[in-house]
Amino acid sequence: MPEIRVTPLGAGQDVGRSCILVSIAGKNVMLDCGMHMGFNDDRRFPDFSYITQNGRLTDFLDCVIISHFHLDHCGALPYFSEMVGYDGPIYMTHPTQAICPILLEDYRKIAVDKKGEANFFTSQMIKDCMKKVVAVHLHQTVQVDDELEIKAYYAGHVLGAAMFQIKVGSESVVYTGDYNMTPDRHLGAAWIDKCRPNLLITESTYATTIRDSKRCRERDFLKKVHETVERGGKVLIPVFALGRAQELCILLETFWERMNLKVPIYFSTGLTEKANHYYKLFIPWTNQKIRKTFVQRNMFEFKHIKAFDRAFADNPGPMVVFATPGMLHAGQSLQIFRKWAGNEKNMVIMPGYCVQGTVGHKILSGQRKLEMEGRQVLEVKMQVEYMSFSAHADAKGIMQLVGQAEPESVLLVHGEAKKMEFLKQKIEQELRVSCYMPANGETVTLPTSLSIPVGISLGLLKREMAQGLLPEAKKPRLLHGTLIMKDSNFRLVSSEQALKELGLAEHQLRFTCRVHLHDTRKEQETALRVYSHLKSILKDHCVQHLPDGSVTVESILIQAAAPSEDPGTKVLLVSWTYQDEELGSFLTSLLKKGLPQAPS
Amino acid sequence: MKLYCLSGHPTLPCNVLKFKSTTIMLDCGLDMTSTLNFLPLPLVQSPRLSNLPGWSLKDGNAFLDKELKECSGHVFVDSVPEFCLPETELIDLSTVDVILISNYHCMMALPYITEHTGFTGTVYATEPTVQIGRLLMEELVNFIERVPKAQSASLWKNKDIQRLLPSPLKDAVEVSTWRTCYTMQEVNSALSKIQLVGYSQKIELFGAVQVTPLSSGYALGSSNWIIQSHYEKVSYVSGSSLLTTHPQLTVRNGGNVLVPCYPSGVIYDLLECLYQYIDSAGLSSVPLYFISPVANSSLEFSQIFAEWLCHNKQSKVYLPEPPFPHAELIQTNKLKHYPSIHGDFSNDFRQPCVVFTGHPSLRFGDVVHFMELWGKSSLNTVIFTEPDFSYLEALAPYQPLAMKCIYCPIDTRLNFIQVSKLLKEVQPLHVVCPEQYTQPPPAQSHRMDLMIDCQPPAMSYRRAEVLALPFKRRYEKIEIMPELADSLVPMEIKPGISLATVSAVLHTKDNKHLLQPPPRPAQPTSGKKRKRVSDEVPDCKVLKPLLSGSIPVEQFVQTLEKHGFSDIKVEDTAKGHIVLLQEAETLIQIEEDSTHIICDNDEMLRVRLRDLVLKFLQKF
Repeated sequence: MPEIRVTPLGAGQDVGRSCILVSIAGKNVMLDCGMHMGFNDDRRFPDFSYITQNGRLTDFLDCVIISHFHLDHCGALPYFSEMVGYDGPIYMTHPTQAICPILLEDYRKIAVDKKGEANFFTSQMIKDCMKKVVAVHLHQTVQVDDELEIKAYYAGHVLGAAMFQIKVGSESVVYTGDYNMTPDRHLGAAWIDKCRPNLLITESTYATTIRDSKRCRERDFLKKVHETVERGGKVLIPVFALGRAQELCILLETFWERMNLKVPIYFSTGLTEKANHYYKLFIPWTNQKIRKTFVQRNMFEFKHIKAFDRAFADNPGPMVVFATPGMLHAGQSLQIFRKWAGNEKNMVIMPGYCVQGTVGHKILSGQRKLEMEGRQVLEVKMQVEYMSFSAHADAKGIMQLVGQAEPESVLLVHGEAKKMEFLKQKIEQELRVSCYMPANGETVTLPTSLSIPVGISLGLLKREMAQGLLPEAKKPRLLHGTLIMKDSNFRLVSSEQALKELGLAEHQLRFTCRVHLHDTRKEQETALRVYSHLKSILKDHCVQHLPDGSVTVESILIQAAAPSEDPGTKVLLVSWTYQDEELGSFLTSLLKKGLPQAPS
Repeated sequence: MKLYCLSGHPTLPCNVLKFKSTTIMLDCGLDMTSTLNFLPLPLVQSPRLSNLPGWSLKDGNAFLDKELKECSGHVFVDSVPEFCLPETELIDLSTVDVILISNYHCMMALPYITEHTGFTGTVYATEPTVQIGRLLMEELVNFIERVPKAQSASLWKNKDIQRLLPSPLKDAVEVSTWRTCYTMQEVNSALSKIQLVGYSQKIELFGAVQVTPLSSGYALGSSNWIIQSHYEKVSYVSGSSLLTTHPQLTVRNGGNVLVPCYPSGVIYDLLECLYQYIDSAGLSSVPLYFISPVANSSLEFSQIFAEWLCHNKQSKVYLPEPPFPHAELIQTNKLKHYPSIHGDFSNDFRQPCVVFTGHPSLRFGDVVHFMELWGKSSLNTVIFTEPDFSYLEALAPYQPLAMKCIYCPIDTRLNFIQVSKLLKEVQPLHVVCPEQYTQPPPAQSHRMDLMIDCQPPAMSYRRAEVLALPFKRRYEKIEIMPELADSLVPMEIKPGISLATVSAVLHTKDNKHLLQPPPRPAQPTSGKKRKRVSDEVPDCKVLKPLLSGSIPVEQFVQTLEKHGFSDIKVEDTAKGHIVLLQEAETLIQIEEDSTHIICDNDEMLRVRLRDLVLKFLQKF
């Protein structure tokens, strides 16, 4: 029995280090290869020994697919390909291919230069790893090999994010990566056609959340920022360089313009300018509005937002600073946070999800005294606000996507176990689709049923279809043919053609039954009586009286003869071939009952 | 399979393919060479053009002098330029299911088809094709609409009058179907019917046919199309290029240079070449002007389709830098672009300069103005790069001309050598191409290399022709449900070949066929007695399998004996044997290819004998 096997190496009942192994029809595909923001030890990368204990990665995997450039989806890639060793193809979209190496390099710098980690991947490794990447277009069907094909769908979420369909023959799996079902200020909504995969692997970050309208959240956000700067406070917005940053920049830029505000807005790291540039060059990946208006005004050219310099943090007076990274776990955002945390006039707005173990997660869960490096304790007096701007689908969106794709079953990853449990029940009850939520290292096996594609000869098909169109064809009709199997070539042809192709002669099996009747009339008259009797009963059949005196029903021949010894008896010879077996048998038993008395 | 050819222009094709149950239009090119018969539309009143003498017949009859003007021995129609549409009578265009566009030059007739033929289908094209195609159409509409012409000539189209006119007017085909330009409203409506596709995207048409665009390398977003079912495959190769570098173009100094061009396409490459040349030749002070109502959009659009560019350019985006260097030319003010010669341009205009502007036919657009302005000086040069129009014909209404002319067609499409090579690699069963490609060009009849040469010879088409393509479909894909597959009993007939007889229910939906196991025979309704004999009549349409094989008499007789038949007598006949069961008055004739059982009406006996016979035969 064919089956699909799924094993998460990361992101199984967890958010972080997404990495899911899928085996489908003998092909092995790895979906994403991310790092975990909450760990600094071995646990930050997926456990590839699950594969390597049985041999080399390249031998086992047919391909690797990266859904988008966030580090929890691609952060382990250079480690995986260059340090553990994988030489096969890695697929991702063009924007992901462009941006991914920059984020990896950034990540490497923080890990090696700032934290002084040894045995980390090098810049050269990132370059070598990126050489193995094959870029794909949206909706392009990429033939990985003769049997395995993959296809990318738009996922929203961040620039270049994609969902992937993995297909072998008639079996398929869809992996959503991270996605967003509502269009926002700079990206469109995820979309997939009714591709009816055997399995849909979906993220479930916001499995239990149903978010209020975007408009409300935006108004709330602008109000908070505005109030803080009005009273002279500083606003810190930790973001990842690409994604929400652009969304919020567009939001603040238009607000500043409308309100004619002069308070400076800064964007940390030199990455941003570059980042915005990517958005400008990949306009086709953004939403309708931006695509339509970019000729007049490129939305990613900001007037009010300027580059941040480290010295600005100590400037007096209000300001708004976007700083990376988004979970306050390292880097510039953390530095600024430490500087500003002591002042209650200031505010930090967390616009996205924070992984357990990060400073962001701690302050969001209400912790006000943070233990920093060197036993220092940082007291947080500044206001802490959480506002979900991350572009993940909420429960409603996830259900909507499942409805769009119509999978046979659903598998949840990239979420917390408790929340998954809730969504799992919801999916099973409301959509009547079986749902799985394996933990890391746990394997889910799904049996699939495979129909077998064969070639049917057009003559046979057309003959059958033509009869299927007849008005009396209400009952399902039986098609009869011969399947010729030669090597792996399967063809269904009519029996006649099969015989002909194989050079075999037909063997005709014919029956002739003698039916004795008491009838004193002449043979011709008997035949005529048989004719009119059959004609009255077999209304749907072609009954004919031939000039030579014989009667035919379809291809069955009935002749009347008079045996010489008994003039009072007539013999009917009913003759049919094996192909007319039912009708022939029926006719003999019918005639045996005798003919109705002729009207005298 | 049939191919309807609606266009006579080999590089601006419009064909309709009937394949399985679908009707597919391949490209929708607009033959604009018809405009060469018209007088140019000047942007600014041109005394020279408006004072051209009217044309009169040899006998002096001058009733046509309002419509026809003469210039240096050529006769031109003084009217709004008209285009030669694809044939609309050959096939009912409302039956077209889809239109596949291969590049932005081959979609210019789209509004005529989608808006005026009852077309209700879908158009498929890549995003760059649509965006740039829109720019080309916008420019065309703008060029024509901004210089309204009061007069519309139609008298000359009368068949009896057209006969009297000099060439090439006399030989122009189907002038009665020529149409003036569409409106922007029609363009928008036509473009709204386009569905965007990506390279290698598989698109299902009614479940019967799959179409896929593949990169053709000719222009930004250009594609070849694969049209296939499970057993047949048609490749539509339109405007492909294998070129990865671009020909170096030398631009001469002194005087002005005019480059008539489309607002998108080769212009990007020309700008790139010039960019390199100007720097090395120390000509950085010569301004480049790009004048088109869509100049700005065109330059912007070219930068955002990184995914559709060649690898070199793609990698620039990753840095990230704009893929085309004209961004830098604009930033440094070396390249300026204007919507038209009116407005800002007249203030900024400095000579000498290089001007890129349309339309390449020289019949409308800002180029007309520059031809009038610079035509009289031999210091100036006009460079023709677009191969769609004959440059001599294009220049005809400007004669006499002092300006230098350079004809330097940049045609990045496949040439004949490349086509031959391609055909050798692909080994198609049949090749179909425009008739122009099956013989050497008329002007160079000795150049046997300038034609498509392949085996079997290519079938050629011309305008308004219908080709029946000589291949017969023989197979169709059908799925066998797993339950049915499990129930099949394969039997090896010859080494390597197995057979299984299949009796199944055929389900067909959306052109997909599925075989399901036959339903279980309905339980006979017990208790109630059937009233009518006719209800018991079996359905004769249930086919029984055919039989094959032969019956060895001796074994057959042994089997009969084993099953309790005695008193068996075997007689030899000319062709075989007769087995007699004397007691039962039954006779079985056995020959090589037939068996005939003749018996009394004893159903039990007959069925027993039948089953014994069948044991020796194979069912098909």
